[in-house]
Amino acid sequence: MMGWVLFAIVAWLVGLSVNIWLARQKPSRWATLASPIVFGLTLIAVWEGVVRGFDINQVLLPAPSVIAARFATSLDILWIDFVQTVIKGALSGYIIGCGAAFLTALAIDRFPFLQRGLLPVGNFVAALPIIGMAPIMVMWFGFGWQSKAAIVVVMVFFPMLVNTVQGLQASDAMQRDLMRTYAAGYWRTLLKLRLPAAMPFVFNGLKIGTTLALIGAIVAEFFGSPVLGMGFRISTSVGQLALDLVWAEIVVAAIAGSAFYGIMALIEGRVTFWHPSQRT
Amino acid sequence: MRNIIPILTVVGLLILVWYGAAVALNAQWARDVAARADRTLTFSELVADTWSQEKPKLPAPHQVGAELWETTVMKKVTSKRSLVYHTWVTFSATFLGFVMGTALGTLLAVGIVFNRTMDMSVMPWVIASQTIPILAIAPMIIVVLNAVGLSGLLPKAIISMYLSFFPVVVGMVKGLRSPDQMQLDQMRTWHASGWQTFWKLRLPSSMPYFFTSLKVGVAASLVGAIVGEMPTGAVAGLGARLLAGSYYGQTVQIWSALIMAAALAAVMVGLIGLVQRITLKRMGMA
Repeated sequence: MMGWVLFAIVAWLVGLSVNIWLARQKPSRWATLASPIVFGLTLIAVWEGVVRGFDINQVLLPAPSVIAARFATSLDILWIDFVQTVIKGALSGYIIGCGAAFLTALAIDRFPFLQRGLLPVGNFVAALPIIGMAPIMVMWFGFGWQSKAAIVVVMVFFPMLVNTVQGLQASDAMQRDLMRTYAAGYWRTLLKLRLPAAMPFVFNGLKIGTTLALIGAIVAEFFGSPVLGMGFRISTSVGQLALDLVWAEIVVAAIAGSAFYGIMALIEGRVTFWHPSQRT
Repeated sequence: MRNIIPILTVVGLLILVWYGAAVALNAQWARDVAARADRTLTFSELVADTWSQEKPKLPAPHQVGAELWETTVMKKVTSKRSLVYHTWVTFSATFLGFVMGTALGTLLAVGIVFNRTMDMSVMPWVIASQTIPILAIAPMIIVVLNAVGLSGLLPKAIISMYLSFFPVVVGMVKGLRSPDQMQLDQMRTWHASGWQTFWKLRLPSSMPYFFTSLKVGVAASLVGAIVGEMPTGAVAGLGARLLAGSYYGQTVQIWSALIMAAALAAVMVGLIGLVQRITLKRMGMA
């Protein structure tokens, strides 16, 4: 028992000193990448040591090794849950919601009057606990993935709308005047100037949406779902005190969430390479 | 103030859409009832019926308004059926979590700004922590904390804290770094210590960022508290009202809880905005 506690302390000291050493080095790509990895590994090692050393009940907090073992043995369950929740629920809702918000923003953009009213209202709605509409969506669209997609649509719609509307105002008067001197019409100005200028804002909305989409799809399953899905699995496994499976689902959710966000950030880097925040 | 007319127009449009949607969504039920009674409904009868059903798919705004009036003003605030009581339960969890999250976020931000090791190793994990849908594991956190003997307010507040510390960290790091090189050099020519630079330059210039992230944080905190109330067996709080409403098909109850949550969010964000305006004005920044 004491051995594990000692292991945790040693792991912590080693991780800390490696990171301090890394921070003293000349800043490089390599160091900025290695530092968080060392921190994460230290965290996992300390977790393992503390759980084993103090003999914490597996029901309360399973050790990382137990979670990893469970993850490896129940890949099939995790995969069908992933498809049900992330691909069918979150992704389809995300695409519909962001697409609809983008088109709405383009339509509103033509009416400055609506724009001025919509921005404050949209900002307000974006701050509301929209997740609370999940039970209503389950009531309207049934237990299947459609209701999950619907709540995701509502959740991502307003942040995306507000960001896009703001983005479309981002080009300045000088640039628009230049387009006019080129005799460019509305559509040409939109395509060549205003949409590219709006892209940093649009991607901001898209990135906010990724986390919201995942949360919406999982939480909506608490209100009723077929017998699969990550939210369903989490709530039933908690009831059965099978916390290792819950943690395995959390690992999947974390990986899916980070990957989703990462992909969006990657595309953003490609599309808005000209923006100051992307230049290094 | 010049925005007031456009805002009212948009809100008015939303209410119109709501009424229209209520007719569209509830019409099927109204027609079914009428068909069973061997009647056909005229259009005005149909509209009147869809706006006054007992358990509509989408209650009309005035139904929700009536329910709100009934459960807030007409009931004693200590009653379990009073929405004020449930709102108070949710608010206390939200507030506790928000305060804890703000404290944690500010501490982390100070650490990140002043310590390179923390900046390099912790910051990426702060960002990664938010890609984990914490709301999804809320039931587990509640159950686990219950098992260790923590119940009631604190488990919910912890979920709120987890959601609200992130905007504060990000905002405060940005804010504490917002003084430019010129100002920092000025502090150095005055031979100011790191502590003095922090108190007299960095902290004051971070205030606008601080308040902006507080607004985001309090909204997130409320979401955390509401979701945290769902798995506890629906005892008290707005989240519990939502869950109970969805079990028994009480749509009017769900919508009134939603409106109440929205009002709570609006009041809290508004209060922070007020404090922000007063503070920044006194500091000569607005």
